[in-house]
Amino acid sequence: MVDVAPSFAPEILDEAVGTPRARSSVLDFLRRQPLGTVGLVLVLVMAVAGLGADWIAPYSPTSNDFAAMTEPPSWAHIMGTDQFGRDLFSRIVYGARTAFIVGFCCAMVGGFAGLVLGVASAYFGGRLGLLLERINDVIMAFPLIILALAVIAVFGGGVFNVILAITIPLIPRCARVVRSSALAIREVPYIDAARACGFGHTRIILRHMVPNVLAPFLIMLTAFVGQAILAEASLSYLGLGVQEPIAAWGLMLQGGAEEYASTAPWIAIFPGVAIALTVFGFSLFGDALRDALDPKLRER
Amino acid sequence: MYRYITNRVLLVIPTLIGAAVLVFLLMRLIPGDICAIRLGSGGSMADPRAIARCHVELGLDRSIFLQFLDFAWGFVRLDFGTSMWSGKPVAEEIAARLPISLEIATMATVVAILIAIPLGTISALKQNSWIDHVVRVAAIAGIATPSFWLGILSILAVLEFSHLLFGAPWMPPIDYVPFWQDPLHNLSIAFLPALTVGYRYAAVSMRMTRSAMLEVLREDYIRTARAKGLIEKIVINRHALKNALLPVVTLIGIEFAFLISGLVVTEQVFNINGVGRLFVLAVQNQDYTLTQALVMLTVVTFVFVNLAVDLLYGWLDPRIRFG
Repeated sequence: MVDVAPSFAPEILDEAVGTPRARSSVLDFLRRQPLGTVGLVLVLVMAVAGLGADWIAPYSPTSNDFAAMTEPPSWAHIMGTDQFGRDLFSRIVYGARTAFIVGFCCAMVGGFAGLVLGVASAYFGGRLGLLLERINDVIMAFPLIILALAVIAVFGGGVFNVILAITIPLIPRCARVVRSSALAIREVPYIDAARACGFGHTRIILRHMVPNVLAPFLIMLTAFVGQAILAEASLSYLGLGVQEPIAAWGLMLQGGAEEYASTAPWIAIFPGVAIALTVFGFSLFGDALRDALDPKLRER
Repeated sequence: MYRYITNRVLLVIPTLIGAAVLVFLLMRLIPGDICAIRLGSGGSMADPRAIARCHVELGLDRSIFLQFLDFAWGFVRLDFGTSMWSGKPVAEEIAARLPISLEIATMATVVAILIAIPLGTISALKQNSWIDHVVRVAAIAGIATPSFWLGILSILAVLEFSHLLFGAPWMPPIDYVPFWQDPLHNLSIAFLPALTVGYRYAAVSMRMTRSAMLEVLREDYIRTARAKGLIEKIVINRHALKNALLPVVTLIGIEFAFLISGLVVTEQVFNINGVGRLFVLAVQNQDYTLTQALVMLTVVTFVFVNLAVDLLYGWLDPRIRFG
């Protein structure tokens, strides 16, 4: 029996198997999307910093040096030191690790849960679809940071709880977008053909529906990483997210940044630049990915 | 139109009931006994009789269903109970802080609209020009920049400039005075936070305006309007912008969530005693009655703002009204 091939997003599938066509697709993307390439470079720089923090950071992110408090940028401390004498560059490099762990965990878990729920809701429809839609409506009635604060009020701060608090609001947002794409695909003849061939629900969903919603899903995933990094930074800034002594960009802006704004402005400037550049990178890359994957937007 | 309004209004009811159930259950997931936490906050073991009294006081001795009914009924009557932290009625705590938050929210929305619509339109009209690139980068930067960092930077800028101009640093006041009593004092409190929150709000709306304008400018009726000799100003203002603003209206409603989130964080930066700061204090102080009231109030506001926007959209767009 001939399996009916999905008709969309061949680039993604190619990239997954790493064929020469995939390499040319990547090169084509880099050539056609200069802003997206800038975004990708920013993201990669931050990701490498986070991954290689143990080798890149010249000092421990947690060791205090009371002889070098609020020191301006110099050769010894290229981004200066904070009010406890901790090297800002080292804390930013380790902060990248925290940001990426939170960002990717939230985006992956929230995204995949949303993907499963969205496709299932569209494919099965009926009462299950209606129930999932109403649950989505309820969760989406909570602004992200408000629901995250409510979850933290119950479970407390810390990296794991922050990931949980940010992931929950992301699930229905992903499910909603995936569902609308999957609803259109459900009506396409090859799904009927697959049903007529006697394929099971799991095979139809995984082989025929999921690959066809991958384009909006991947775009959303990049947006989610940026959103999660921003939300984590906000929660940590409020003192309700990642707790000391873990290095986190939002946490670095808490307390000292405002207090020493006029005497040691570097404490306020560098962590903020790190957050903004990373989220900026994800936004640029996500936009370019959307333009590349959605033919309707290519000319826009 | 009536059918559309009825359907949309009816959809609000299950959403609000679901949200109330979620908030109610979430607050019951708190590990340990809420009364033991409340009474033993000093680290000491609480008296069991005091804990029992607290259970009766908070209605925790009743079944979970009755507790939910009590919570929902209290909310309908705007009786949110008393704050576990200050002992004052929650409604009173919120009412005292609402004016400044509402003022900042309104100002931020005005700032957002004033920035987003003209710049988004110009960006679309001058597509791929340097103006377009600058506006697009400014918009993405607005989305990427955390509002609390922008707040800190604006404080830093005010300190530096005031020092440069007047020889001494100046900080915006934090004590709230209504606008009609002292407009200058009032605006000096609200202006910077509104600008900080409004920039992000504007960034999202600016992208939407640009995208909607680009779509509309390619429509046949725009070509027809130009072909029949209408001047460009009329084509843009009367035909293009009017239609392009429809999705922007919806977005302004959806992005209301950003506004609320922005307020929570920005009030902290500027030390403003508003509802956003109260929320953070409620979470920090483990004040569950205050937290659940604030979460529910936010959800109700968010749901009704979206309902209003949807109804407005239906009124503005006949395709939805009669669809």
